[in-house]
Amino acid sequence: MKEQAVRDVRERFVYPDDRAIEKPFDWRQMRRLLGYMAPYKRDVALAILVALAGTVATLVVPLFISRAIDHGITVGDGAVLARMALYLALCYFIWWVTAGVRIQLTNWVGQRVLRDMREQLFRHVQYLSFNFFDQRTAGSILVRIINDVNALQELFTNGVVNVFMDVLILTGIIAIMLSIHPGLALASMVVLPFMVLLSTELRRKIRRGWREVRIRLSRINSHLNEAIQGMRVTQAFVQEKENARFFDHINDDYRRWMNRSTKVSDLFGPVVEFTGAVGTCIVYWYGASLVIRGQITLGLLVAFVYYLGRFWEPISRLGMLYNQVLQAMASSERIFEFMDTQPSVAQRPDAITMPPIQGEIRFENVYFEYKEGRPALRGVDLHVKPGQTVALVGATGSGKTTIVNLICRFYDVTSGRVTIDGIDVRDVKLDSLRRQISIVLQDTFLFSGTIADNIRFGRPDATMEEVREACRAVGADRFIEAMPDGYETVVSERGSGLSLGQRQLISFARALLADPKILILDEATASVDTETELHIQQALERLLEGRTAIVVAHRLSTIRNADMIVVMDHGRVAERGTHDELMAKGGIYRSLVEAQFKFLEERPAG
Amino acid sequence: MDVFRRLKAYYWPFRRIAVLAVVSGILMTAVGLVRPLLLQWIIDRVLIAGHYHELSWLALSVILVSLVRGGFQFARSYLGHVFGSNSVYLLRNRLYQKLQSLSFSYYDRAKTGDLMSRLAGDVEIFRQFLAFGFLHLVDFFLLFSLTLALMLYLDWQLTLTVLAMMPLLAFLALRFHFKVRPAFTALRESLSEMSTTVQENITGVRTVKSFAREPQQIALFGARVRAYLERHMAATSIWSRYFPTMELMGNIGVLLLLWVGGRRVMSGALSIGELTAFFSYIWYLVVPLQQLGYHINNLTQSVASGQRILEILDTPRGIRDAPDAVDPGRIEGHVRFENVSLTYDDGTVALRDITLDVPAGSVVGILGPTGAGKTSLVSLIPRFYDATEGRVLVDGRDVRWLKLEALRRQVAVVFQETFLFSTSIRENIAFGRREASMEEIVAAARMAQAHEFIEELPDGYDTLVGERGLGLSGGQKQRIAIARAILADPRIVILDDATASVDMETEHAIQQALKQLMKGRTTFIIAHRISSVKDADQIIVLDEGRIVERGTHEELLALGGHYKRIYDVQFRDLESVRREAGARAGQSGGAAGQDGAGRRGGTGTAAKSALDPREVAEP
Repeated sequence: MKEQAVRDVRERFVYPDDRAIEKPFDWRQMRRLLGYMAPYKRDVALAILVALAGTVATLVVPLFISRAIDHGITVGDGAVLARMALYLALCYFIWWVTAGVRIQLTNWVGQRVLRDMREQLFRHVQYLSFNFFDQRTAGSILVRIINDVNALQELFTNGVVNVFMDVLILTGIIAIMLSIHPGLALASMVVLPFMVLLSTELRRKIRRGWREVRIRLSRINSHLNEAIQGMRVTQAFVQEKENARFFDHINDDYRRWMNRSTKVSDLFGPVVEFTGAVGTCIVYWYGASLVIRGQITLGLLVAFVYYLGRFWEPISRLGMLYNQVLQAMASSERIFEFMDTQPSVAQRPDAITMPPIQGEIRFENVYFEYKEGRPALRGVDLHVKPGQTVALVGATGSGKTTIVNLICRFYDVTSGRVTIDGIDVRDVKLDSLRRQISIVLQDTFLFSGTIADNIRFGRPDATMEEVREACRAVGADRFIEAMPDGYETVVSERGSGLSLGQRQLISFARALLADPKILILDEATASVDTETELHIQQALERLLEGRTAIVVAHRLSTIRNADMIVVMDHGRVAERGTHDELMAKGGIYRSLVEAQFKFLEERPAG
Repeated sequence: MDVFRRLKAYYWPFRRIAVLAVVSGILMTAVGLVRPLLLQWIIDRVLIAGHYHELSWLALSVILVSLVRGGFQFARSYLGHVFGSNSVYLLRNRLYQKLQSLSFSYYDRAKTGDLMSRLAGDVEIFRQFLAFGFLHLVDFFLLFSLTLALMLYLDWQLTLTVLAMMPLLAFLALRFHFKVRPAFTALRESLSEMSTTVQENITGVRTVKSFAREPQQIALFGARVRAYLERHMAATSIWSRYFPTMELMGNIGVLLLLWVGGRRVMSGALSIGELTAFFSYIWYLVVPLQQLGYHINNLTQSVASGQRILEILDTPRGIRDAPDAVDPGRIEGHVRFENVSLTYDDGTVALRDITLDVPAGSVVGILGPTGAGKTSLVSLIPRFYDATEGRVLVDGRDVRWLKLEALRRQVAVVFQETFLFSTSIRENIAFGRREASMEEIVAAARMAQAHEFIEELPDGYDTLVGERGLGLSGGQKQRIAIARAILADPRIVILDDATASVDMETEHAIQQALKQLMKGRTTFIIAHRISSVKDADQIIVLDEGRIVERGTHEELLALGGHYKRIYDVQFRDLESVRREAGARAGQSGGAAGQDGAGRRGGTGTAAKSALDPREVAEP
């Protein structure tokens, strides 16, 4: 009963939360970031210049208005009024022209920087080794290439230019105000520190609140996503009420946080306005009395009020920029972490091009561990002659897949060596090696595109006739040609819409077209119906013809037909030989095979 | 607007909050209009007319006005948010319940992505509309009309002059939003194409690397990135043309004020203070107009979102309890299909006239090609679907007259595709019986042959699995699913191709686990392998929704039909096994007349000999 009480509704499902969104400022990282702008420094300089011109144009507007009031309107001089109106028109025109150019330029710079960064990041990640991908989910890598780079958008687009613009506006306003009346200027600037504080600290507090809200919203969405996908299980186990209780819990949690965070963030506007009002009050009071005493003119007072009104905008923007920089620190740290990761399987500088492969594979006392202290292979010796088919058999985790990975040099051996035609795989250029080896994976991965594109994946220059030929050879032509668009049928993500068996036949055609000297086949385990099974068996025979083949086998038919069966057990070769030899031996292999046919034999009486 | 009427149930309970928010908004706007007047009074009354004693009072009013206005502003937006989040809280719960009430046939057609975009995207858009979208609309009309009225009151001639600009501004604002919207849509699409490329590339990294296709993939990604850049610049170009021009409209207004207003002050028709007030008021007109497109966009989007939400809510409820459904109590497990046909909503005929009697505690094996109706058949027992014709009886009672919950609790399904939730292994096993004790959970895991590997995991039973948790192999997941079924202690067990997606060695372990599950329970086994169904009490072979063969293993072999053919294909493999077994045991009978299956290339479909299955399976 106690157990039950502990397992509260909160524990029913667990959705790990997001990571940190901001980091302290770091100059070196900032310099590295800004380095991406270096190729565009001329555009940046031009953008700053244009922005400054526009800024100056708007800064002087209140001065013209005040002049129009003092020397035109109040004294009844229509000519001055007309002249000031003309100046005003000119200023507005300059601003109008520069604003458009500025927006275009800053975006043009910013977007190119992001493009460069993204391409560099992708290129780098693309050449990283398997262990990099093993440790991470696809989602977490995607987030860095898309979201983390996008998080830098504001910084690169407007950030840099705006700093110059806002600093100019602030200093300009302060200078003009000081020159009008230093006392009044200083008095009205009393509120300045509060404004800075508001735009940085209060805003950050608000953002943290919203972050909590976002976490809760993403929890809701994660759960919804999962609930939809697992709806059949939920209904089969009649868990609708329990799930609804959990959902109500996270839904309510979201609402609470939402209401709590809005309370703080809705205070922001009023507080800012109040701070501004204090400044305005001072200016009205003190300024008006100065006008009364004749120390400044009415027009200047009006100008003063306008300048004060324009104070908030640059401060607010700078405050936002400050927060953006902190966020950029976090994003760029994650981006740079990827960029600084070196491929663990690196090509030697003096690597040679792999000559055309004959197909002899040799493992010499190979040890390998994915993680230190957890050996996956312990002293494997293996010799595969050209043209032989070898079936690897063994339990999950016994080392079958590792052997395959080492032949393609997806990983490097911890000790010992792997040679192909007597050449150590570490001595050759990676692509020259892999181009001559094809892998057919258990779960056929199809890229979105046409079926023909997918079959051409390993040999993009193959003609349509060659594609057809390959499909005919593995018996994939029938179903492909039966489709409305035939080879031009577009398959969507992961090849959905095709059956498992069909996808597998496509992957056979793909491998056949690449015409490798060594073929590696990780046989699919999922059961298919008997007709498809027959097709696949025939296709396999065709595929294996005349090549060295390593098959991580699950089908008895494939295994039995192999020239050599290697039974793996805990990273060692436990048995090897032909089917007949191993059956006669009566070891692991034999018991595995027999187990296949034993099911239901000892079924208890119903 | 019909949408809002039909979604009323969710926001109507909070109408008081909404009314308060609107009232606060009106007061906020009204008080805000006073601000420019304060400067006007200071200029006209204090500075020009010389009522110096009024200065301190007027100056302090600035603070007072901002306090009052700020108070209303806060009340308005906070109440608005509360209104929005409370309403959507109800809506979300209702949607969730709706989703749970929809039956399998709905999920056969539904796409997770589409549902998610409604549940996440559209609900959020709707919330935003309730939380501030509609308040903005109220503000927009209020601020615009109140300001206009005040300006007309102060100087109608000057106001009309300035107003001349407004239609043009409104036109620009609308045009801008109609242009920029498709541009942003295109940009979003481009971003999602870019994401898809990355996603595919990472998920398919083994394929990419094994074909040494990195350069082409980089080029492809480069093209996507450039497309994104181009679309971004297209959107920027619209933005850079319209935004400064709309701002310029306001500036021209200021210019007109200065020029025309200045002359009116000189002619004495207007005071200088009023003119300064006009300088502020003009922005009260311009800013709302600049956002006109945004508001309209917002409204249409919210309506569209509401529509999409309603589509889910309006989906007819799926299978549910009959009004007078009875609780069957403990089920014995006698299942009977009587002339059952099933046609899916899209018109596909899945089952035709099936009659089948399964005594309690017996085992039925179901074979047949993909699409033959195997899964459809067993899905009728726990009422994942209802038969179109005929009836399904459990213990002699039509399943449609039984309480759904009581029925399903006694039927456990091990699905072909294992689904584990994002939570600990323990919670996953206890999914069907939350009150189970740890001992019971462990016992179930032991029976499912899962205990051993679970113990080896870093956090044991507390290890998180699911989408973002630890990656388990197909066989491991399958065994957890079996433990889940065992713990549910069902009376009827359905194994839908439960040993698919596991390798040979694991299959053996799973079959041991299944044997535990089947003990004393009526069992339906769907399989492709003869070995899985061979010893069932009865075996049926389905093809195109019909039972084409039925009987025991021996009977079906003797029949020489579909079953025999499947048998021959699969037992080609076994021949050599049998031969070995025979040789070892010194038997000679079995070894005669076969060896043709030789190495690669043997056709083997022709029967090599009349194999005696009992002999075949002998260890």
